[in-house]
Amino acid sequence: MSKILMKIDGKEIEAEEGMTVLEAARTVGVNIPSLCHHDKLEPYGACRICTVEAQKNGRSRLVVSCVYPVEKNLEITTRSETIDRARRTILELLLSHAPDSEPLRILAAEYGADKNRFEKEPSFCIHCGLCVRYCAEIKGLHAVGFINRGSKREINFVPELVAAECWSCKECFPLCPTSALQAAYVFTAAQVSEIPVFEGDTD
Amino acid sequence: MPKLNSSAELEKLREEILSGRNSNQKIITLCSGTACHATGSRAVAESIELELKNQGLSDQVIVRKTGCHGFCERGPIIVIYPEGICYLQVEPENIPEIISQTIKENKILEHLLYVDPDSEEKITKETEIPFYKNQQRLLFEANIKIDPKSIEDYLALGGYKALARAVLEMTPEQVLEEVKKANLRGRGGGGFPAGTKWEGTRNTPEETRYVIVNADEGDPGAYMDRSLLEGNPHSVLEGLAIGAYTVGAREGYIYVRQEYPLAVENIDVAIKQAEEKGFLGKNILGSDFDFTVKVHQGAGAFVCGESTALMTALEGRTGEPRPKYIRSNIKGLWDKPTVLNNVETWANVPLIINNGADWFSSYGTETSKGTKIFSLVGKINNTGLVEVPMGMSLRDIIFKVGGGIRGGKQFKAVQTGGPSGGCLPEHLLDLEVGFDELTQAGSMMGSGGMIVMDEDTCMVDVARYFLDFLTDESCGKCVPCREGVKQMLETLTDITDGRGQEGHLEQLEDLGELAREVALCALGQTAPNPFLSTLKYFRDEYEAHIKEKRCPALYCRELIDYYIDPEKCQACQACLKKCPADAIIGGKKTIHVIDQEKCTKCNTCFEVCPSRFSAVKKISGEPVPPPIPEEERTIVRGSKEK
Repeated sequence: MSKILMKIDGKEIEAEEGMTVLEAARTVGVNIPSLCHHDKLEPYGACRICTVEAQKNGRSRLVVSCVYPVEKNLEITTRSETIDRARRTILELLLSHAPDSEPLRILAAEYGADKNRFEKEPSFCIHCGLCVRYCAEIKGLHAVGFINRGSKREINFVPELVAAECWSCKECFPLCPTSALQAAYVFTAAQVSEIPVFEGDTD
Repeated sequence: MPKLNSSAELEKLREEILSGRNSNQKIITLCSGTACHATGSRAVAESIELELKNQGLSDQVIVRKTGCHGFCERGPIIVIYPEGICYLQVEPENIPEIISQTIKENKILEHLLYVDPDSEEKITKETEIPFYKNQQRLLFEANIKIDPKSIEDYLALGGYKALARAVLEMTPEQVLEEVKKANLRGRGGGGFPAGTKWEGTRNTPEETRYVIVNADEGDPGAYMDRSLLEGNPHSVLEGLAIGAYTVGAREGYIYVRQEYPLAVENIDVAIKQAEEKGFLGKNILGSDFDFTVKVHQGAGAFVCGESTALMTALEGRTGEPRPKYIRSNIKGLWDKPTVLNNVETWANVPLIINNGADWFSSYGTETSKGTKIFSLVGKINNTGLVEVPMGMSLRDIIFKVGGGIRGGKQFKAVQTGGPSGGCLPEHLLDLEVGFDELTQAGSMMGSGGMIVMDEDTCMVDVARYFLDFLTDESCGKCVPCREGVKQMLETLTDITDGRGQEGHLEQLEDLGELAREVALCALGQTAPNPFLSTLKYFRDEYEAHIKEKRCPALYCRELIDYYIDPEKCQACQACLKKCPADAIIGGKKTIHVIDQEKCTKCNTCFEVCPSRFSAVKKISGEPVPPPIPEEERTIVRGSKEK
């Protein structure tokens, strides 16, 4: 792997070819927030919270760092008024669905996001897709997936697969930034009598 | 017919076809495109067959069911050759006289001709009708002359000559040079130069490459790609094959909407015919170029018209866009270099190869060459598909070709570029239509939708309508589109419903900026356009809705009231009888009054009130005048008793 010289927040850094900007930043200790990113999963680029400014050939544009590949002479800015405003609005939109989510609250405090800016619609899921992708990419099971599209999109377990696979796995549970995943699981389990209802944490 | 192996064999076949055709042959062409289909062209076709049989002419007259002629407003359309006599809005009942008079006796049936609304002159020939006369139909010309299921018809017009020239006489580099020189830009929306896209693919080291026809046309009211594919499928195939030869692809796909069954049927037939003749398949026209085409039917998601979503869907996965920091022409379908162009872009390619880049670029503006097909719809007299040279002004398209605004109303705006485009106001009517000109004005070319709006159209509601469409069609993957655009829709709905507040416009602008800058794909990035362009040109309408709770176009139901002017009401009872809510009080010789409590604002009374009275009024932003006292409501001898 050849080394690539580039800049992040004005600091010269060395990245490896094939890395994304987010990975390169984290190797040198620059923190870029992310919600849908997971080291073991393919880059997804859905939450857009990791948006940064990329300058190249004198031109600047907003890109998502979890997907954007590193390249020679690229200059990255990870904080600016534009970036912060975008992140703040994204957080405010997500907080209307999951106002109590821990990761969202931490970021909201950092970016000054107002959880009451948009009308509450508590559906909890923020569609980061971590559960769906983990189940598909790591476990190869596809026991949980998205149904519908747009604002009607939601996660859903496949009852037959839940009965056969999920009870002994549940590896996706800790990935969920809200309580939506457990709720969906419990909902499915309640419909299928062979599935033991998730122990304990059902409130 | 065996496969053709050379240009000479292709020319020989063409001559055979032409020599079998008599230039005095009576031909009845009947438009069988989708719009004419809807207005009854199938019944007309059956009637023609039957009547020819009854009058003993079945073997003397050829009936040709063609694709869309474009003048959909007046369909079903019949054109009789060799004279070129054009009859409009033909019904099965007209057929016996058409056969007995026009076919047998060469007499023209005046009542079926086009009447010029200005001069009241009757026009016999299709080409002389202003709607057609002011167009430049390079692509659509053939539609009128071809039975889409007959490859012979296409060959008779010089079909596949361009493919033969490209494959047998030109190197891929030469073809590429010609396309680049013509400056053919993508007709699907972005206007990206096709030659540059092709060159990127051609220069990759990858062995496997693909070409794709994007026929996932999904803009509301747009059907130009559909009509090309339905009416002249071979022109698209020929362009695609030339593109494949140029970039070194061996496989191509046509991604077409499942909702276009006739297009699917006709392209399937065309592929089979082209394979039989050796225009597709192995060793095309005797060369060492192999190319096969498969049709893939889309499952009906608007977002699949976006290139990366289309490719994801073609791979058999959920049609969602993926970030394309590496362009699809380098890493596309199954991660292989892929050239994806729209139907109309591909159909332009044979024209360029046949006539040369110089000829092609003699049409259009400095940066937008050739012609563009628009689907001209809305409050316009001549609804239909029009093909005009790039650079024609909006005014000429709307008034010369389109025949102006319906019902003598005032023009207010034209929405171009589909749901992600923008609305342009009257002071921009002289804008030359081109990719960059439209973008600079805050709209876009898109795939060529053109929706004309009159004084009765509320621009805030238009923005709301398009955002509703886009919210529904968002795939839901990224936050700025799924959540942000939906929130914009909710705020716009608040405004049209009379719940607008100070700060709403700023919030919309903030969310619009987020979507434009940060959304994943073109759908989300352009979704704020309907709002941004209407705010730019019609800010006063937004402010009237928010501050005065008034809809200037008298359209938004929650902001208007219906009122019967007692001075004008003649107690005809038309509205009283039709009101579905029993909200109208009155009777014979008693002036009618609307019970505002019961009124559902369905607009029925407004529609049925005779225009000579025009007593029913819509009011907005002001209180409804109190009803006149009951004792003053009686009408005596047509005048009111006071």
